[in-house]
Amino acid sequence: MRYVDKTVIGLTIAFLVLLAANFFLAEWMRFIGLQSLARGAVALGLLVLWRSGLISFGHALYFGFGAYTAVMLSLAGFSDAFILVFAATLMSGLLAFVIGFLLRRYRAIFFALLNMAFSMILYGVVVKTEALGSTDGFGVGTPTFLGYAPDGEAVQTTLFLFTLVFTYLITVGVHIYMQTTLGYMSMAVRENEIRVEYLGYSAEKVIHVKYVFSGLVAGFGGGIMALAIGHVDPDSMANWTVSGEFVFITILSGTGSVAATYIGALVFELIRTYAFEYAPQMWQFILGGSLLAIIMFLPDGIWSLIGRLRKAKA
Amino acid sequence: MTQQIVAIIVDGLVYSSYLFMVAVGLTVIFGVMKILNVTHGSFYAFGAYLAATLVGIYYETDLPEFGGFLMLFLAAITVGLFLGVILEQGLLRFLYHRDEHIIVLATFAMFLVLEDVIIMIWGVDPYFAYQPMALLEASDIAGVPFDNYSLTLILLALVVGTALWFGLTKTKWGKLLLAVIYDRELSQAMGINVTVVFLVTFVIGAMLGALGGAYLAPTISVSPGIGVEVIVLAFAVVVIGGMGSIPGAMIGAVVVGLSRAAAVHLFPEVELFVIYAIMAAVLAFRPEGLFAPAKARKI
Repeated sequence: MRYVDKTVIGLTIAFLVLLAANFFLAEWMRFIGLQSLARGAVALGLLVLWRSGLISFGHALYFGFGAYTAVMLSLAGFSDAFILVFAATLMSGLLAFVIGFLLRRYRAIFFALLNMAFSMILYGVVVKTEALGSTDGFGVGTPTFLGYAPDGEAVQTTLFLFTLVFTYLITVGVHIYMQTTLGYMSMAVRENEIRVEYLGYSAEKVIHVKYVFSGLVAGFGGGIMALAIGHVDPDSMANWTVSGEFVFITILSGTGSVAATYIGALVFELIRTYAFEYAPQMWQFILGGSLLAIIMFLPDGIWSLIGRLRKAKA
Repeated sequence: MTQQIVAIIVDGLVYSSYLFMVAVGLTVIFGVMKILNVTHGSFYAFGAYLAATLVGIYYETDLPEFGGFLMLFLAAITVGLFLGVILEQGLLRFLYHRDEHIIVLATFAMFLVLEDVIIMIWGVDPYFAYQPMALLEASDIAGVPFDNYSLTLILLALVVGTALWFGLTKTKWGKLLLAVIYDRELSQAMGINVTVVFLVTFVIGAMLGALGGAYLAPTISVSPGIGVEVIVLAFAVVVIGGMGSIPGAMIGAVVVGLSRAAAVHLFPEVELFVIYAIMAAVLAFRPEGLFAPAKARKI
């Protein structure tokens, strides 16, 4: 193969570095890393949608659905991370597949709001149902990995390894998908949907595929998040503000590259953690302020900084 | 049985009026400016907080007791003018040319900021402004007791609705506004000062949002986080009725209000769920909402 994809190389290097770093990282760093990977995966799904000009204000639906799938299975006695996370991913994907038949007909603000309506239905159901833990939520048991049952710090190290491998595979997969005809179609749909139809492709099918994919990765993120935090409750998993945070990360990252979503998620997590640590009464202020600053001064997201640096050098 | 029906209808109408009051400002702003304003929740919260503060101060003086009601309106007007002008001039003005999603997100960011500004000004302890409500006492309809203050809410919603309808269809200002809604560029070419129209609309929308909060303040405990819930409720109502339509907001509010009251009395466990289920159902069959103004198809 003569042509070598720079992004895949970059991702692989980052993957290997993190893999090695896993053994040296402090516990809190690994915790932030885990959360960033989980949220980054959801943002990756949103990025895929955004490439056709669609933004969803309701992906907490799939995130929360995944997290609750994992927690219900864990309560039912399953502890294997492979089972929990795969079930979370599949169930959310299935849900997205069903809802997708309706949503693929909508664009712009209607798409965004209809997503929010569905996510608030889940929120309403969970809050009102005792069997689903109501507002208190559930604790998640310690995961095992194919029969290997770590304890103490090893749990997190293994979970991080597990998450890292799968996010790497998903991200490379998305990058490759974006280079295919179906992937390029997303831009065509954004630019002019009617022309796409005249060229003989179904714009709705393109969007449906993306939608299912975004549901799958959001479910994956939710499953990981449930295991990483060890607790699931409706306000931090399914409320509309959670969906807002995912859109925040997507805007923060920009559409420049698949890798950007993880950097965006990490920046988000760092801002949030430190704001919460040093100014507990001000963390929303700081979060909102940084979002405004990004919108005003860095409209193409963090990734565009790299482009600016390159230009400055040349 | 009759008692239950009366309770459902009256509770439903009170709740509908509440929903209309919080949704109408949102729909006015969306109708004219095509902006889905998440900061609306902050207008509501600021209105409630300022009303609670002013009412508290007012009842420490010896002024006539009914003057407390004036404080509610004073709070709404102050918040609307102050926050409305700051936000429109200081933020939104610079974003009009950007993608609609980005504007929504900017108002979301502003909402987060304002949530903490409220905590900075008023702290985290709840405020109560029960005096106006205690003043009006209670009455009963067909044997079911209701507090009169909630019933005045229905009156207020009707007055606000009629005033807006009159202002939009019968005055010169209203007609200018309709022209801007119909075609922004053409009305600008005809000499309408769209910049001013936008500012005035946003301030009016902000005042309406704040009025919703201020008038509700006596019936609730005013505490941090009251804005979060209001936004999604207002969104749901506006979406059901058709974004940007005032009669739509009214119908949407009545539909949601009555079905929620029915749910609360008959199946309390589906209370939250029912609102969004209606929203999803309406969107599925009439994506533009029940009463959306007709739009020309653009290619």
